[in-house]
Amino acid sequence: MPRTEFSPSIASRPTYAPLRPHGAAPALMLADAEGAEALLELAAADPAVMDRAHLIYIPAGAAHGPRLRDLGAKMYHEAPSFSAALERYRKALLDAKMGTQLYLAGTEGLIGQGLAEALAAGLPADAIQSEHRGSIARRMQCVHCKGITENVTTDPFTCSHCGLTLFVRDHFSRRLGAFQGVCVDAETPGIVPEMKEIKA
Amino acid sequence: MTIRFNDETFRDDYTFHNSPEAIRRFPFPFDQDSYMYSVNLEPHAGGRAGSPFQNRFDVDEHYVAEMKDREITLAEDPLRCQSLPHMELAGWDFLELVMVSKSEDYPELFTLNRDGDRWHWINRPLGIEQRFTFLDPTTLPCGPMEYITRQTQGDHALLDQRDGNLWMDAGMVTSQADWSLDFDIGMNFYEWHAPVPKAHEMGVFQRALKFLLNLQQGAPVRRLNWTMTVNPRLDTSPENYHKWGPEKRTITPENVGAKQHLRVELQTLWRLPRSNAIAFPIRCYLMSLEDIVTQPKWGRRLHRVLRDLPDELAEYKGFAVNRPVIVDYLARFDDGADTSPGIFPD
Repeated sequence: MPRTEFSPSIASRPTYAPLRPHGAAPALMLADAEGAEALLELAAADPAVMDRAHLIYIPAGAAHGPRLRDLGAKMYHEAPSFSAALERYRKALLDAKMGTQLYLAGTEGLIGQGLAEALAAGLPADAIQSEHRGSIARRMQCVHCKGITENVTTDPFTCSHCGLTLFVRDHFSRRLGAFQGVCVDAETPGIVPEMKEIKA
Repeated sequence: MTIRFNDETFRDDYTFHNSPEAIRRFPFPFDQDSYMYSVNLEPHAGGRAGSPFQNRFDVDEHYVAEMKDREITLAEDPLRCQSLPHMELAGWDFLELVMVSKSEDYPELFTLNRDGDRWHWINRPLGIEQRFTFLDPTTLPCGPMEYITRQTQGDHALLDQRDGNLWMDAGMVTSQADWSLDFDIGMNFYEWHAPVPKAHEMGVFQRALKFLLNLQQGAPVRRLNWTMTVNPRLDTSPENYHKWGPEKRTITPENVGAKQHLRVELQTLWRLPRSNAIAFPIRCYLMSLEDIVTQPKWGRRLHRVLRDLPDELAEYKGFAVNRPVIVDYLARFDDGADTSPGIFPD
C-alpha cells in the first residue's frame, strides 16, 4: 500500500513525509499493519539503518511480519496490540541514547500514540519521523468526556464512552496523539447530519 | 476609588448586569465601522483614566462574582487549570507580577508586604490573607499560577519560549471563547491558532509571533479581540458545549437586546523575568446589545460591523445563525450618521 497523500488542512493537522534513513544511528522503530512497507522501503534505501535498530511491529492482521523479521534488526518484537507493546516501547524510549532516531509508520492512531509517548519521554521532535500507511481511521478524543475512541472512520461518529454524537475536527493534539471530537447536535439536540466516510 | 462589587451570576439565572459606569468604560473593540483581523498590538502602558486600560490588571465591579464562577467551574472540571512541570517558575513570575501590580494600582483592595522571600498578601475583596515564602510551593495551598489566577479576572496562559516558537504549556481557562486548554496545552503558536480562518493566509500569525518572540520585560502589549455570546456566560467552553449550545438557539426579535452579548477580550502579553516565559491574560468583558446602544456611536458602529462581516468570520465566531436577528435589532439604532474615530463613546 503506497504512502497516503492527505489533502491540505489546518496547521495543527499532522503531515507525514517518507521515512529517510539515518545510517547506522541507534534506532527505535514502531509500525503497525501496512506501516511495515514503509520500514521495508527504508531498509532497502540503506540496510545499515537496521544495524542498531529495535523494531516493534503490530501486525493487526497484516502478513508482513516474516519479511520485517528478515531485515535483521538488532531486536525484533511482534505485539498483538499497541497497549500490549506499550511498556516495552516506553522502556525503549527510556533507554534511548542521545542521537537515537525514532521511526513511526502506519495508521494515524499508532503514529499519534507513538509520538505522544516519545515527546512525553523527552525525545526531541527532530529525532522523530513518521510516515502514514494503511487505514486513514482516526484516533479521536471526545472534548466533553475526554474518552478516546480508536479507529474512527465516519463523521459524525458516536463517542464510545459517553455516547454523544461527535463531529471529526482536523484539530490535533500531539500531546494526546488524538484529533478533537465535538458534539455535532449541541445546539439542536437530535438533529444530526448524515454520516459520511472520512477522507484523507 | 471605591468599587461596589456586584452580587450576580454567569450561569443558570444569569443575574449579571453592568452599571451605568461599567457601560461607559466598556472596552468597545471597533475603532472604525468595519472589521478584519489584524495584529493590532499596542503598548499596554496605561490609558484613559477610568478605562480598563488604565491599570495593569483591571479590577471592576464583576471581580468577586467572576472569581466565584471560576471556583464553580474548577470544582466541576479541574482540567481547566493545568501547568506542565517545567512551568512552575513562570507561575511564580506571574504571581509576583500580579501581586505587585495590584497592590500598587489598588492599594485599598490589595496589600503586599515583602521581607526578603517572606511575603504577606492581603486580598480584601475576596477576604484572603496569606503568608508564604516566595518560590517555595509548599507554602501555598496550590501551585503559584493556580493560586494567583483564582484571584485575577480573565483567563491566563503561560507561554514557554523555545525553538523560535511559543508553547502554551500552562493555563487557567474558565471563561474562554470556545477553546479547550486540556486539548491545546503543549501546542505551539501556530498549532493552537490552527482553527482560525483567514488569518494564517494573511500572515497575521507569522507577524504576531515574530513580534512576541522579541517582547521585552517591562514593555507589555495589548490588543482587543471579540466574539458574540448568548446570555452572559463566562464558561463557553467546548467541554460544556452540549450544555450551553441550546441557549444559542433561544434568540428572538423580542429578547435579542437583553440576551445577546458582545464579548470582548482585553488580551495583554508580558515578558516574565526569571523564566523568560510570556504571560498571556485574556480578560473577558460582556455587554448586552441593549446596553451597547445606550451609546449612540456604538449602536451605529456595531450595526455596520456585524452587517458587513464576512460570512466565514461570523461562522467561526459562532453567531452566523443569529446574525439576521442581531442586525435587524441594531439597524433601529443606526441613523446613518458619521461616527467619530476611535473606540470611546462620544
